[in-house]
Amino acid sequence: MQIRLHVNGDAHDLDLDPRTSLLDALRHHLGLTGTKKGCDHGQCGACTVLMDGRRINACLTLACMADDVQITTIEGLGTPDRLSPLQQQFLDHDGFQCGYCTPGQICSATGMLEEIAAGWPSHVSDNLEGPFAPSHAEIAERMSGNLCRCAAYTHIVAAIQQAAMAGSQREDAA
Amino acid sequence: MREFTYLRANSVADVPAGATIIAGGTNLLDLMKLEVMAPDALVDITRLDLNRIEPHEGGLRIGALVRNSDLAADPVVRRDYPVLSRALLAGASGQLRNMATTGGNLMQRTRCPYFYDRRMACNKRDPGTGCAAQGGVTRHHAILGASDRCIATYPGDMAVALLALDAVVQIDGPAPREVPLADFHLLPGETPHVETVLKPGEVITGVTLPAPVGGEQRYRKVRDRASYAFALVSIAAVIRMEQGQISHAALAFGGVAAKPWRDGDAEAVLLGREPSDALFAQAADILLKPARAFGDHAFKIPLLRRTLMATLRDATGLEATA
Amino acid sequence: MTLTRHLRVDGPNHDDRLDLMAQGVLGQPLNRLEGPLKVTGRATYAAEARPRNMAYGVLVQATVPAGKVLEIGDAPGALAVIQDKRMVRYAAQGMDEKGPTSGPDRIEYMGQSIALVVAESFEAARHAAQNIAVRYKSEDVPVLPDAVAPELPPKKQSAVGDVDKAMRDAAVTLDQVWHTPSQMSAAMEPHAAIAEWDGDQVTIRAALQMLSSNRKQMADALGIKEKNLRLLAPYVGGGFGSKLGINAEAVAAAIAAKQLGRPVMVAMTRQQVFDLAHRRSETRQRIRLALDGDGRLTGIGHDVLVSNLPSSEFTEPVAQATPFTYQAAQRQVVHAVARIHRGCAGSVRAPGEAVGVTVFECAMDELAEAAGIDPVELRLRNIPDVEPTTERPFSSHMLAEALQEGARLFGWSGRKSVGQRVEGEWMIGMGMAAAVRVNMLIESRARVTLLQDGHAIVETDMTDIGTGTYTILGQLAAEMLGLPAERVEVRLGDTDFPPASGSGGSFGAASSGNSVYLACEEIRSQIATVMGCNEADLTLQDGVARAGNVSRPLSELITGQVTADGHLQPGKTEKSHRQATWGSHWAEVAVNRWTGEVRVRRMMGVFACGRVLNEKTARSQCLGGMSFGIGIALTEAMEHDPRDGHAVSRDLAEYHVPTHADVPALEVHFLPERDAYVGPLQAKGLGELGICGAGAAVLNAIHNACGVRVRDLPATPDKIIAGLGG
Repeated sequence: MQIRLHVNGDAHDLDLDPRTSLLDALRHHLGLTGTKKGCDHGQCGACTVLMDGRRINACLTLACMADDVQITTIEGLGTPDRLSPLQQQFLDHDGFQCGYCTPGQICSATGMLEEIAAGWPSHVSDNLEGPFAPSHAEIAERMSGNLCRCAAYTHIVAAIQQAAMAGSQREDAA
Repeated sequence: MREFTYLRANSVADVPAGATIIAGGTNLLDLMKLEVMAPDALVDITRLDLNRIEPHEGGLRIGALVRNSDLAADPVVRRDYPVLSRALLAGASGQLRNMATTGGNLMQRTRCPYFYDRRMACNKRDPGTGCAAQGGVTRHHAILGASDRCIATYPGDMAVALLALDAVVQIDGPAPREVPLADFHLLPGETPHVETVLKPGEVITGVTLPAPVGGEQRYRKVRDRASYAFALVSIAAVIRMEQGQISHAALAFGGVAAKPWRDGDAEAVLLGREPSDALFAQAADILLKPARAFGDHAFKIPLLRRTLMATLRDATGLEATA
Repeated sequence: MTLTRHLRVDGPNHDDRLDLMAQGVLGQPLNRLEGPLKVTGRATYAAEARPRNMAYGVLVQATVPAGKVLEIGDAPGALAVIQDKRMVRYAAQGMDEKGPTSGPDRIEYMGQSIALVVAESFEAARHAAQNIAVRYKSEDVPVLPDAVAPELPPKKQSAVGDVDKAMRDAAVTLDQVWHTPSQMSAAMEPHAAIAEWDGDQVTIRAALQMLSSNRKQMADALGIKEKNLRLLAPYVGGGFGSKLGINAEAVAAAIAAKQLGRPVMVAMTRQQVFDLAHRRSETRQRIRLALDGDGRLTGIGHDVLVSNLPSSEFTEPVAQATPFTYQAAQRQVVHAVARIHRGCAGSVRAPGEAVGVTVFECAMDELAEAAGIDPVELRLRNIPDVEPTTERPFSSHMLAEALQEGARLFGWSGRKSVGQRVEGEWMIGMGMAAAVRVNMLIESRARVTLLQDGHAIVETDMTDIGTGTYTILGQLAAEMLGLPAERVEVRLGDTDFPPASGSGGSFGAASSGNSVYLACEEIRSQIATVMGCNEADLTLQDGVARAGNVSRPLSELITGQVTADGHLQPGKTEKSHRQATWGSHWAEVAVNRWTGEVRVRRMMGVFACGRVLNEKTARSQCLGGMSFGIGIALTEAMEHDPRDGHAVSRDLAEYHVPTHADVPALEVHFLPERDAYVGPLQAKGLGELGICGAGAAVLNAIHNACGVRVRDLPATPDKIIAGLGG
């Protein structure tokens, strides 16, 4: 079927089998292999992309259902010469090893920091009212949908905390 | 995944009786990839206007398409129905909660690994083939309400809290109706493949909650790792105290049966009584009297008892004063 | 002509050459060279090339535990159903030189690959593979380790003296049995391959850890010459042992691509990875310890039962570190193997020690408690001066330092007695364990080219599976050649480059690093010749060569380029000295007194691994190992069906690798060390040390918190509450 996907600001017209997941559409049809397939069942988070700014699992989304949303993948967040603040922190903190879960971690963290900013609580929040500080416990719980078998977790959380602090400083200055 | 016809519904009336409904897709696509489910037609209802949370008869109406994350973060839910927020936040992952819908979550299917594995006999997946789980690995299986045809559990969290909140499911279709959540899911009996009262052509449009009852609300989930895992057991508790006595007790249990479980007798024994370990043990005895286990899941009986004790101690303030 | 500098490590190297270099880049916590590609999604893994006209293959799996495939039906909508006798039943073991057992019509375990379906799209291939009709002649086979009389391979048994007598005569004894379940590597990148032929030449892009041996295995499996086979693995999405040997998907992709005359990709589904990648065998371990009145071990017994398929030689070397970790005059290792039909067992991160040291260190904790001796002190009293039995010296021995430094850093003296620290519902406890892992060097080659413009290129078929190889090899070359790190380009993962050790057994960094060192040393010699000095008197820094009071830029000294190969071989020190890495693990946990949930609050490791090549990537290796240890202790179990042996936990929802929330902010400390017996780098392996014993620190902390000993791993809530009572 004919499908138009909006990815990283560009529109792409594709002729896809309706069974095609958004993940496979990105990887097999658009060549955007930065979004990874780790489990294909929503159990690892490697395929995390942003859909209208929200983090979701691309493996459990049919491409044909995603025709009227804006999709942002890791390729849309930054380039090797122009890293996003989170990408830079992941690099500096060694928040990855093999790198396979990394795009998902970074897309997830990008969405997750917006969720904290919006005052969303988490499973480990002491209360439901907020606001919620980006503590180790809060970030770790909110990022638990992204498995990392190399287990760079300690460095990932540090990278995200650093980015969150830098982000709030920028907001304070603004 | 088998080939299917993809349709998009613009109104409930568009939903054909034979089609399988897809919204968040988090469980359906998971199962379709394994061909555990293999619908001929998928109807996408995500464009229907069912994504509002609004006041309803002193309580709340939650549209079927409200995403788990939006529901958990809703200010009214957080204030008046905190057990629901807590249950949602204990489930799945941030990404999945951004996708999963209220209606879809009620339709979530079991995580029994034998149901998920087409090589294995399963009465739920393929009626009449048998139950390979029995005699197999049964760590996640039911201790309450199971039958010799099926020992699977309902794996969700949200519905457990909704049950403790006396939620009602709104259903549209040829004959629109409302079904108390307590009656929505079915025990396996002889027909484990029939999991809910929803009929072909019917669509869940929303869930209503009665006026808030206040009190202390807890959702306690015990699992094999700290996050992103299904419940071994879970408990939604709404407890109100008046003058040192329990005046309202609603307890619902997850991970232990094919449906979110509730036991009126176990609640009734608490009412009008002062909290004590002896009282809580009495409630646990009543709850667990019909419990059966014959395999790896036998631990769920003591685990549910202990988790109930802890939850009641916490919700009644006994833990803090101990 | 490319000159080769060769070294066989036959003796000690006390030169500390790398400490005398001027650039000062080695050991520094530099960011990963390939990091910008990884954090932007531009690093391309096995399944991420896009050759024109590529078809998609999906493996078909056996649905019976053993027997024969009689007939395979058609696959409507597919391009081909391929069942070729060269297709393999399971993965090659690490460093095999031959392909694994072939012949997919014979089934050895449920889920085995028996055919490949190829279609124009992944969706079509998957559907066809899931529904293809297969007729079998099935056989009844044993699937439970206890259901068969185990083999006792003679070479794997050892005994000195009489442990029974030591037990009888001891002041304090310990005799307990532990069980660990099957465990999986569960690397985040599923196994995948893309094969493309050009005449009789095939290029296979795959997820592999050890390209030089993988090339031999693949050539053997396909029946082609090695020179006609090129393997590419520039980025590998984690290995942990699961990609040591070639597996069904890469062989099938090559066969299908040849047959169809077009490129074919075969990627395993996650469920297939659980069925087809090597599992770590479940283990049953009986430990017997005899202690005299002075707290000194007099007897050590370690009886092990593991399993594997009847046709696979590998057996988990559970007791590998037992003979040399602690002293005792009477010692015995019994190593039994049950031949059963579960998926093939093979190497998973730190084969042997990951579960062997973990269990042994739990036993030491129990013994310490029984003897009334502090667990740290018990270990300190039993460190041998030389390797027991063989009386070989140790190449270095840092266990005592690791224990003492760890106790100080962690605040061990603040540990309370069992059950004495309670915070609300939570009982808090501290535990520790020793860390030990054998060290190896493996033959390795690398080519280094120094260009006139002051850039250098390192080429080797070594892989970087997340271990930091790109970065450390770049740092090494930069240090040796006196260049800023960013002026060194490192090219890996291509069998067109000189054959390296590959990534496995923690030997990659030291083995391939020494080969880069040697190549650079040769280049330095050539520069020294031009400078008219001895290589030892040459200083290279920031692209400038200095000798005495002569100073000249490299661009004046080189015409075009200088290229040299380095070739390292292990030698006599492999036998003359017991080589190992050492450390200690420390954990503080909270145990919920109602639900039995365990949370690791603090965890720390102290490690000695010789020279640290990059402080940042080395730390990451340790974090990973320690987190694996949390998984072993608390969450990971691959369950097999007791009737047909199939993997029941075969996805990432059922097999619980630790999540972010399971892992606290881990702390890692390195002890400065140079090991003279492991080549001029003086560096040892680090990829696995972090896992060895880590789980024991957690399990011992659980006991300190609540008094419960869990000897049937992992320590899930059900096992804790079974011991809690009340």
